[in-house]
Amino acid sequence: MTLAYPISSLKAHPARLSPDYRSTIKRSPQKPLVIMRHTLSELTGPVYGHETVREHDRDLTIQHKSEPLGERIIVHGHVLDEDGRGVPNALVELWQANACGRYIHAVDQHPAPLDPNFTGAGRTQSDATGYYNFITIKPGAYPWGNHHNAWRPAHIHFSVFGHSFVSRLVTQMYFPGDPLFAFDPIFNSVTDEKARARMISSFDLENTRPEWALCYRFNIVLRGTNATPMETK
Amino acid sequence: MQGTSKGITPSQTVGPYFKYGLTPNGEYAWNDAFTNNLVTSDTSGERIRVEGKVFDGDGAVVPDCMLEIWQADAQGRFSDPQDKRALPNSSFRGFGRCGTDAEGGYFFDTIKPGIVPDPDGKPQAPHLLLAVFARGMLLHLYTRIYFDGEAANASDPVLALVPPDRRSTLIAARNGGAGNAVYSLDIHLQGDNETVFFEV
Repeated sequence: MTLAYPISSLKAHPARLSPDYRSTIKRSPQKPLVIMRHTLSELTGPVYGHETVREHDRDLTIQHKSEPLGERIIVHGHVLDEDGRGVPNALVELWQANACGRYIHAVDQHPAPLDPNFTGAGRTQSDATGYYNFITIKPGAYPWGNHHNAWRPAHIHFSVFGHSFVSRLVTQMYFPGDPLFAFDPIFNSVTDEKARARMISSFDLENTRPEWALCYRFNIVLRGTNATPMETK
Repeated sequence: MQGTSKGITPSQTVGPYFKYGLTPNGEYAWNDAFTNNLVTSDTSGERIRVEGKVFDGDGAVVPDCMLEIWQADAQGRFSDPQDKRALPNSSFRGFGRCGTDAEGGYFFDTIKPGIVPDPDGKPQAPHLLLAVFARGMLLHLYTRIYFDGEAANASDPVLALVPPDRRSTLIAARNGGAGNAVYSLDIHLQGDNETVFFEV
């Protein structure tokens, strides 16, 4: 099966220039992008060997001597194409702040403690049905300098590879009911409410593990739809 | 919550803090899934370095940028079963990733790709696909890197779509010197020399 990647799917994305998120002002192009047909270069993408992902890379709570502090959670879901088919063997990378809202990154100077038992990075590969799962801790909200009293809603960064280089996606997963949603220019850079909702995970009681960890479901829908047009007679 | 609405998951910025997860390069307790060296011992083709700097609309360097390249091998084939032609006969994967340094600099060590056909079977000049991610970029940008001095540039069907006065933003200059060829191309996210980006 050959997938097509219609440009119309891109309307779900935020505008590159979203001035409420100040850093976009000098980092977004001002000249029109050049529209072109997809060639083999765009329609192919990297394939990963199993050596890319190690067995324990999907569990962020066992990377150090002890367990990290914070609320242990399971994050799982399917990587899907636009027709709802699972994307097998998709590489999924994530990174996040710790439970206090502090990143291990050297540039993050938020005065909240680092956790010596938490790096905050993980990766996995979806299975034959597109399913993936991680074990981590719930990240905290944190302040940033975009405007007075700016705080990011709790989020986990995701990086996903699909069937082609043009289905590449970097996004952020949010948690349901976050009171900071209304005030966050990055979240609200996605102007369509339904599209915005696709970045919010669902609380998943059914897969919550009793006596152990809450579970959140986050399905990731990548570009790619069946290239064969339907008969419309 | 996610619900059942149709459509893709929207993009969000990679943010300022991706380095320890995506491009740790020995500075954090995490390993790199990919590096900026694409060359494997059995890779055939002309070994090259592609290097440059990334600038914002004020002309300031962008030190928190991630670049990813995707390319064919020297025979013009992709390391992907979706490329139905003969499979490449080496472990060359064709994908690389690099975080910019404090001066906005990047480089990739790779091989010059071969000729890849366009949808009509017309040859495209050797090129790399480049995806640009950074804080302040809510959605990554796609561009291409071509190579100065390639005769095929003159008839490349994608370069032909670009206004002639902007084509130079896509063509890496070949620097002199001994050893492997070094090509350089700066990326300008905005401004007078704004790089040509593609809506793909």
